[in-house]
Amino acid sequence: MAEPVIDLRSVCKSYGEQVVTDVLRSVDLRVERGEFVALIGPSGSGKSTLLNILGLLDRPTSGSVAIAGVETTSLGDAELTRLRGRSIGFVFQFHHLLPGLSATENVMMPMIAAEGRRKGAMEARARALLTRVGLDPQADSLPSQMSGGQQQRVAIARALVLDAPLVLADEPTGNLDTKSANEVFALMRAFNAERGVAFLMVTHDPRLAARCDRVVELVDGQIVSDQPQPNIAPATP
Amino acid sequence: MPISWFLAARFLREGRAQSALIVIGVAVGVAVMVFLSALIGGLETRLVAQTLGTQAHIVVRPADEAARPMMLDATTQTLAHIERTAQRARSILRWQQVSDELSRTDGVTAVSPTTSGPAMALRANATRAVLLIGADATRFASIYPVREHIVAGRFDPSRTGCVIGRELASDLGVSVGDKLRLSASGEVAELYVVDGVYDLGNREVNRRWVLVAQRTAQTLLDLPGGVTSIELRVRSVYEAEAIAARVRSRTGLIADSWMQSNAQLLVALQSQGSSSAVIQAFVILEVAMGIASVLVVSVAQKRKEIGILRAMGARRATVVWVFLLQGAIVGLLGSIVGAALGAGLGAAFAAMARNADGTATFPFSISWALLGRSSLIAVATGICAAVLPARSASRLDPAEAIRNG
Ligand SMILES: Nc1ncnc2c1ncn2[C@@H]1O[C@H](COP(=O)(O)OP(=O)(O)OP(=O)(O)O)[C@@H](O)[C@H]1O
Ligand SMILES: [Mg+2]
Repeated sequence: MAEPVIDLRSVCKSYGEQVVTDVLRSVDLRVERGEFVALIGPSGSGKSTLLNILGLLDRPTSGSVAIAGVETTSLGDAELTRLRGRSIGFVFQFHHLLPGLSATENVMMPMIAAEGRRKGAMEARARALLTRVGLDPQADSLPSQMSGGQQQRVAIARALVLDAPLVLADEPTGNLDTKSANEVFALMRAFNAERGVAFLMVTHDPRLAARCDRVVELVDGQIVSDQPQPNIAPATP
Repeated sequence: MPISWFLAARFLREGRAQSALIVIGVAVGVAVMVFLSALIGGLETRLVAQTLGTQAHIVVRPADEAARPMMLDATTQTLAHIERTAQRARSILRWQQVSDELSRTDGVTAVSPTTSGPAMALRANATRAVLLIGADATRFASIYPVREHIVAGRFDPSRTGCVIGRELASDLGVSVGDKLRLSASGEVAELYVVDGVYDLGNREVNRRWVLVAQRTAQTLLDLPGGVTSIELRVRSVYEAEAIAARVRSRTGLIADSWMQSNAQLLVALQSQGSSSAVIQAFVILEVAMGIASVLVVSVAQKRKEIGILRAMGARRATVVWVFLLQGAIVGLLGSIVGAALGAGLGAAFAAMARNADGTATFPFSISWALLGRSSLIAVATGICAAVLPARSASRLDPAEAIRNG
């Protein structure tokens, strides 16, 4: 397990043909297994763009991206999809659950996608995870029947169901009240501690950033600071 | 359950109202198709059955270069039978042998050697020109549904008896058991008993056909042991012309199929069929447009969800199948409802509109084949209609879809 879970080298991303906007300018970033990293920066600095590239949803204009030791530059669409399904969990700001599926089915989705079919054994695993995030009673509810915090906990369970080594979270608490935000954050820290899952979390909340192992700051598409946090406050659920 | 089935079912369930509406749309289309096909098929079956009630599928006659009434036949339809015998009757040479060979011909189900020719029927001072037809009763009945249409007496002409049509009976004022005189080739008229009266549903035939024993006809027409024509029944009526052509080339005799002598009817049926095909094509188009438009809207609504699915590791092909299957499922459900609707509508229609004698005014022929074919068309249409939406769904950029919802 020597290789880092994220290894970005000189990643640039620009948009536009006539008027070219450089959104990321030569970003280098290594994240080790089990790290909990906060990504901060002003609006428009390129945080979501970086996360999309890390999540293999988007390709860099130049530079190389290795996820869990796999160099992705030469991979085709189908291979990227497989690697993404196996190695990366996503938590988005607006929860992004599938509205037509129950909480359990949403959690099962990465397993179903990986296997290509729905199987009975998957359900038990999904329910166990839902119980772990405290949503046993909501297991059969639709997303519309749950609160924002509950939906985000479902999304976390979904991100972890395949034991992905890396979870990318884009402002997971941005849409939640302080109490729910704390609960969701505590849950992520707990999974990080229990299972050694690496987290890269975009946040605008300095208090949450302060409770991460490491804070990376992005300004105008460049990493301007990358600080370990020596004294982390213990996770308070 | 494969992922695409699972998701297709969930997407359809999620958009219940939309799904229900489009299923109804498809159902109406399929119902129209089934109804129309059943009606036109029934009408065709009835017209052909009516035509063939008084006509053999194929009539084989002696080759006769001179004065062949063939040209007349092609346009005069039911009169063909009468026209051809207007000339001096001649016998088919070695007709037993020919008849045996014909009965062995592929597709031929019944053979009836017939001796027929013009004659006069007389009773008191009434005289009528008739067509004398002599044939073996069983064989004759295998060509014409005369046994089913006997209205008095029975169909089994004795050596001294005859069976006549309802119109001739009333023209001459005779009924079963009465006697009338028959004369042909200028001979002295002989007395025959009316054994039965038939009604083949065609006035002209009822007025002219006098059915007698074969020997009677041979004697009256002065054709001892002779047969003027061999009438055939075939398994599939629309193969009649092809079989007639084979008979012509094999025997050198004249063989006229009902299709030749009813060319106009066939043209009419054909144009009826093609106008129904055009209507059906438009119905299919309507169904396809309906399904496609609903799926296009669904893809637009589900951009974000498709992005999430791709982020979760769902392959492009999976996304394509999710939408193709939705099209197929909508097509299938719609076709089941529509087939039931069309069949029910047809049955109701047939039950409501009845003729005085209780038969349906609108004959319907609904078959499993028709229902199966309509369903297949609907499912195929659903899949085809889903192709473009499915492609556009699979080409969504997941990052973009997630960002902009
Ligand atoms: N598809 C695109 N085409 C053109 N420009 C884009 C595209 N995606 C992002 N951008 C631009 O890239 C810049 C960075 O966007 P990004 O969403 O990464 O910022 P962010 O740091 O996540 O901001 P926020 O904190 O508001 O979420 C913005 O100026 C944005 O307009
Ligand atoms: Mg962002």
